[in-house]
Amino acid sequence: MHPDLSTSLCNNSEVEPLIKHAFHISANDFVSAGEASQKIKNILKQIGVNSELVRRIAIASYEAEMNLVIHSNGGELLFLVTPSEIQLITEDTGPGIPDIELAMKEGYSTASQQARELGFGAGMGLPNIQRNADTVDIRSEVGQGTILKITFKI
Amino acid sequence: MNKLKDIITELNLNVLSVGDNLDIEVTSGCCCDLLSWVMANGKKNDIWITVQTHVNIVAVASLLELSGIIISSGLTVDEKTIEKAKDEGVTLLSSSMSAFQLAGILYNIGIKSEG
Repeated sequence: MHPDLSTSLCNNSEVEPLIKHAFHISANDFVSAGEASQKIKNILKQIGVNSELVRRIAIASYEAEMNLVIHSNGGELLFLVTPSEIQLITEDTGPGIPDIELAMKEGYSTASQQARELGFGAGMGLPNIQRNADTVDIRSEVGQGTILKITFKI
Repeated sequence: MNKLKDIITELNLNVLSVGDNLDIEVTSGCCCDLLSWVMANGKKNDIWITVQTHVNIVAVASLLELSGIIISSGLTVDEKTIEKAKDEGVTLLSSSMSAFQLAGILYNIGIKSEG
């Protein structure tokens, strides 16, 4: 990841998070896909976050996790809870998104045939994240990687 | 009123995995093989009819809190999928009927996805 990209998105939190977990997500690992999101959901339930918000976060988390599986060379999914918000941050090592505006468009996808046969790659992931989150910030550099930051207000 | 357990009996479904939600009332459903579509449009407690049998359907059902999955058309379900459903407490069902037939019966017994 490009250092500038990393600093601009990840060192934003002045408040030390109450909960912080990092999950490694491997490229093309459709068998383990969803496990990180399930763990995140369980933690949110345990700490008593209301069920509607848990559901929104679980959906966004799964979409972000699947994006790493389907599109990236592998990366990290970071889960942070602060007193005022919950953040999901994915950071990958490439290949990067050439046209973010196009990637955000519903129906556009660059998913592999394998992903499509499993029922993914309909170009609905990023729009679905946006629908469920309070804010979405995405930065990408081709050849470097992508950082996606999803925030939910508590 | 259609509880999940009543649906299993009514449609004579094979039970591959049982969650702790058999008494839940089901009022809506979706019939779709595109997981991306289900992630974007599935509602809590939906009963989901699909021909997808791979392990990823369990995560989708669990994260969306669907009431259950019905694999249609007499398809054999991957052993890994059944194991995962048991681990996650997801109700996984199957039937020899097609998705069209299953959806029709569900609609007729009052599961109309209204409201």
